[in-house]
Amino acid sequence: MNIVVAIKHIPSIADDLPVSGNNVDFDSVDFVLNEFDEQSIEQAVLVKEAVGGTVTVVGVDLIEELDNILHLAIAKGADKAVKVTADEPGADSHMQAKWLSEAIKGLSPDIVFAGVQASNDLDGQIGPMIAAHLDMPYIGGVSSVEVADGTATVNKEFAGGVGAKYSVSLPMVVGVQAAAKPPRYAPISKVRQVAQTATIDTVEPSGDASSGLTFKKMAPPVATGHAEMIDGSPKEVAAKIVELLKSKGLA
Amino acid sequence: MSNDILVITEHMDGKFSDVSFELVGKAKELASALGGQAVAVVVGGGVDANVFASDATIHIDDAALGQFNPEAYGKVIEALVKEKSPRLVMFGWTATGMDLAAWLSAKLGVPCAAYVKEIGSDLMMGCQAYGGKLMAEVAPEGDMAIAACLAGSFPAEAGQGSTAATATASPVDLGSLKVKFVEAIKPEGGDVDITSQTKLVSVGRGIGGKENIELAEELAQALDAALSCSRPVVDAGWLPRTRQVGKSGLKVKPKMYLMLGISGAPEHLEGMKSAELIIAVNTDKKAPIFNVAHYGATADLFEVAEAMLELL
Repeated sequence: MNIVVAIKHIPSIADDLPVSGNNVDFDSVDFVLNEFDEQSIEQAVLVKEAVGGTVTVVGVDLIEELDNILHLAIAKGADKAVKVTADEPGADSHMQAKWLSEAIKGLSPDIVFAGVQASNDLDGQIGPMIAAHLDMPYIGGVSSVEVADGTATVNKEFAGGVGAKYSVSLPMVVGVQAAAKPPRYAPISKVRQVAQTATIDTVEPSGDASSGLTFKKMAPPVATGHAEMIDGSPKEVAAKIVELLKSKGLA
Repeated sequence: MSNDILVITEHMDGKFSDVSFELVGKAKELASALGGQAVAVVVGGGVDANVFASDATIHIDDAALGQFNPEAYGKVIEALVKEKSPRLVMFGWTATGMDLAAWLSAKLGVPCAAYVKEIGSDLMMGCQAYGGKLMAEVAPEGDMAIAACLAGSFPAEAGQGSTAATATASPVDLGSLKVKFVEAIKPEGGDVDITSQTKLVSVGRGIGGKENIELAEELAQALDAALSCSRPVVDAGWLPRTRQVGKSGLKVKPKMYLMLGISGAPEHLEGMKSAELIIAVNTDKKAPIFNVAHYGATADLFEVAEAMLELL
């Protein structure tokens, strides 16, 4: 079974996001793995553990720092890693999906996993676009996947615990909301070991696609309101919150 | 090409979601500025489609469309969009819309904007991305565009009406689908119902680990509140899905919503923004939640929680 995981390296939203011109200042932000891709990698490894096969992780190397992410994925159970060497930090989802599709095609996948969304999916997510390019069905918001006899059974979540179960003839693309189990931890020592021994295949970007969006402006949202800030030490903050709650009959 | 706006509505158990009315209302405003029609598209049966204020409503029903099926719905919508050549196709950035909008964009080579919160009559779109930290203004190129809009961006009332729907058969053959709906999944029972609580203490990624849930639970008990959380906490396995507030979780409207370590991504705000009193404690002074909360503090949640416990 050929299991492929398409990942996205994205600007971290944990820190400030400086803007340059009409887009994020990609030179001065940290890039991290899309959080849903952690779930997606875990779900792929769970499927491999259940039915056997090979997990190949594929990503676009936007800032020449993807190796660490790929090593981590291998330490967590992936078997192979491929990077598309784009060196284009601002590549949008359409470009990445096209390049990834071209790279994935040659792997003859039975199932492709992608994170259900990423915080920088201004032009949509790569998962459904890869499905369109590879002419495979797509289901997103998935929280469990079981594979047997060329068919995947997936649970899709709508909201509030309501969902639906689907059966899909493979191949397909799955947009992972959450893996069936929380992502496993890979010890640093193992990641270091992988970094010394693993090979990462390299492919050139192939194919043209564009979001068709022109960025006119990028800025923090104009706040319509702001919280009344409670200043002071944690103890003072706690006292003021308790006082506030008591004054409203809530404590 | 026309100047029509197609709105892909969504429904479940015979009821349209609020976002459908929000999009139809916005489509009417845009269509009137562009000189086109606002057309509501209803895919699937078991629903009264005569409920929109649209200029026209197309109702496509077929046995294969009885339940949401991204493959079948995708094929139907693709065929309809090709036939109508609208100026804009609007989806909700929802569990169903997210399966279709980007797929259709890649399939047809038409620009797509996601996380859309604002649309101007020139079709400039405001997208709230990067976890709500940045707002991008984007202009789609070409004669057709797709917008996947965040729920709650436009007023729903403007989309409510009684336009009589025109029923049509599926424009494509749905005979050999790879995706088959098996069954509906109902919420797990047996846990606290966070939607019926008057007070919630809600924890986010900032809680750091499962071992710290106890402290939050203790604070919730001291306040006679229930414990809820944002999505990453559930995905990490620290709390069950029944406690999740937000777009993919539950919508809550408590009298008190005390947030510890939740930054306030748009997905979370969808689930709690109408709480009566929102207090947020977060170490990131630029966290988007401070634009929504009534009271906020830039502080370590553990120190604040422990100090509150001493006072309660």
